[in-house]
Amino acid sequence: MPTPAAPPTPRAAAPPRPEELTAVPVRHYGRWLGAVAVSLAAAALLWSLLTNPNLDIRLVLSYLTRDFVLKGLGITIVLTVVAMVIGVLGGVLLAVMRMSPNPVLRTVAWFYLWFFRGTPLLVQIIFWGFLGALYPRLFLEIPFTGVVLFDEPTSRVVTPFVAAVLGLALNEVAYAAEIIRGGMLSVDRGQTEAAQALGMRRIRILRRIVLPQAMRVIVPPMGNDTINMLKMTALVSVIGGSDLLTAVQNVYAQNFQVIPLLAVAVFWYLVLTSLLSLGQHHLEKRFGRGFGETAASRDGALSRLISTKERL
Amino acid sequence: MTVTDSDRIVVAEGVRKRFGGLEVLQGIDLTVRAGEVCCVIGPSGSGKSTFLRCLNHLEKIDGGRLSVNGQLVGYRQVGNRLHELPEREIVAQRREIGMVFQRFNLFPHLTALENVLEGPLHVKGEPRGSAVAEAHRLLERVGLADKADTYPGQLSGGQQQRVAIARALAMRPTVMLFDEPTSALDPELVGEVLDVMKGLAREGMTMIVVTHEIGFAREVATRLVFMDGGAVVEEGDPAAVLDDPQHERTRAFLSKVL
Ligand SMILES: Nc1ncnc2c1ncn2[C@@H]1O[C@H](COP(=O)(O)OP(=O)(O)O)[C@@H](O)[C@H]1O
Ligand SMILES: [Mg+2]
Repeated sequence: MPTPAAPPTPRAAAPPRPEELTAVPVRHYGRWLGAVAVSLAAAALLWSLLTNPNLDIRLVLSYLTRDFVLKGLGITIVLTVVAMVIGVLGGVLLAVMRMSPNPVLRTVAWFYLWFFRGTPLLVQIIFWGFLGALYPRLFLEIPFTGVVLFDEPTSRVVTPFVAAVLGLALNEVAYAAEIIRGGMLSVDRGQTEAAQALGMRRIRILRRIVLPQAMRVIVPPMGNDTINMLKMTALVSVIGGSDLLTAVQNVYAQNFQVIPLLAVAVFWYLVLTSLLSLGQHHLEKRFGRGFGETAASRDGALSRLISTKERL
Repeated sequence: MTVTDSDRIVVAEGVRKRFGGLEVLQGIDLTVRAGEVCCVIGPSGSGKSTFLRCLNHLEKIDGGRLSVNGQLVGYRQVGNRLHELPEREIVAQRREIGMVFQRFNLFPHLTALENVLEGPLHVKGEPRGSAVAEAHRLLERVGLADKADTYPGQLSGGQQQRVAIARALAMRPTVMLFDEPTSALDPELVGEVLDVMKGLAREGMTMIVVTHEIGFAREVATRLVFMDGGAVVEEGDPAAVLDDPQHERTRAFLSKVL
């Protein structure tokens, strides 16, 4: 039998004053254990990489800023920028076509999406690279007059760089169009009506009222697309696109330093995608004005690095 | 048709509008003269909003004729054919007509001041300096001088609706259309919006106001229109219509809202 507790003395019974209480949070021992285990594993992996003679950090560092690497890096950046600019501008056009009251425009837009989203990007890039096999010459002639404005062998016009831009940009147009259309549909119809009532023309309503609001919805997936685009430029190595990956491939094909050179490419891809994530964070803040809390003010920029979708 | 009497701001004759198989306006006849405050009441679904939207060509009419400021809305008559106007001329007609919506429809990505400036700066192309001064004056007039740099999301419903009124006034319209301007507001915010509208009426603004505020209609309206089933059932002096309705449907409606 447990002995009954002694009746508390009057003094002990006086409740403690509120400020004397301390809240003790639940201790998460499991979390601590997990953190230690994962840190150890990460450290071991890092150590094995740094001390691995096949990686040779000093060799990697010496390659980082070599001319051929920087030139490939430059082309990767140019490819990304050009493909995204064309992609976004074409995407706006295609999105507007898809929502147009004109059934011909709507159908054309639908077929464009059907084709470019329905075939692998790699296939499209190879196709543009071998366009000469389909159309050996490209020429432009004023009909019925025989006056030729332009006549060149396809291989001279569609260089590997042009083929790379075509492949990446035309594909991006299709994806950007769907993102932009979704953004525009997210804007309340009342916004368009209020602008119409002010006497604004359609094109200006699109530019000043609908698109700025749609941007809030468009920017996060478009940021993902840009980061994906940067990585997808590596695909043009199959047609000798002279991007960053092609540049290091050309060198390791001769000196067999495959791993150090790939590490160089990985380093630069990570630098660029990190910069893009920062840019995206700022855009999200910019277009979130007037809307209170935005995704950007909640998540870190880092979370966007860990991109979700791939489209190969 | 040319409206010779320049006093007549809105002239509707047998205006018809259908959505699919549903004839929403079944021949509306209505004339509103300069300086009149015309209040429109009627049950939900009777076509009040649709009629207002026809006035600035947000909806196309299917029959009858409708003119605002002496011009056919959205069409030009050549012989006895009506040619639809190109967008350039439709927007020019809309600039003369101010519209205030039930759900405010302020541009959420622009501050209160930028909302008011949007029309003068980017539609009319007025010089920035004078447009900004005028916009501040309008915000002061609706009692929101201190909210110029606030985004709509941080304003109460009543404040948003007052900014929306200032935005419409900034185009210096000849007529203002109000579509249930206080129906989306909490009861305690209705008064501040009605006060602004009363001020406008006193200054002689021509107004067409769809409303359920019978008190406002009685006090401010120069004419009261009762619509039901897509037609004007009864119209006249507000006190007469409210206190001595001639039609059974008017009596039935008033007995529910009074
Ligand atoms: N865009 C539209 N498409 C189809 N029906 C509509 C549309 N707009 C309004 N209607 C219909 O027209 C009728 C009149 O609507 P409305 O003018 O909004 O009435 P009120 O403003 O008097 O309540 C309603 O039956 C409504 O459902
Ligand atoms: Mg209505």
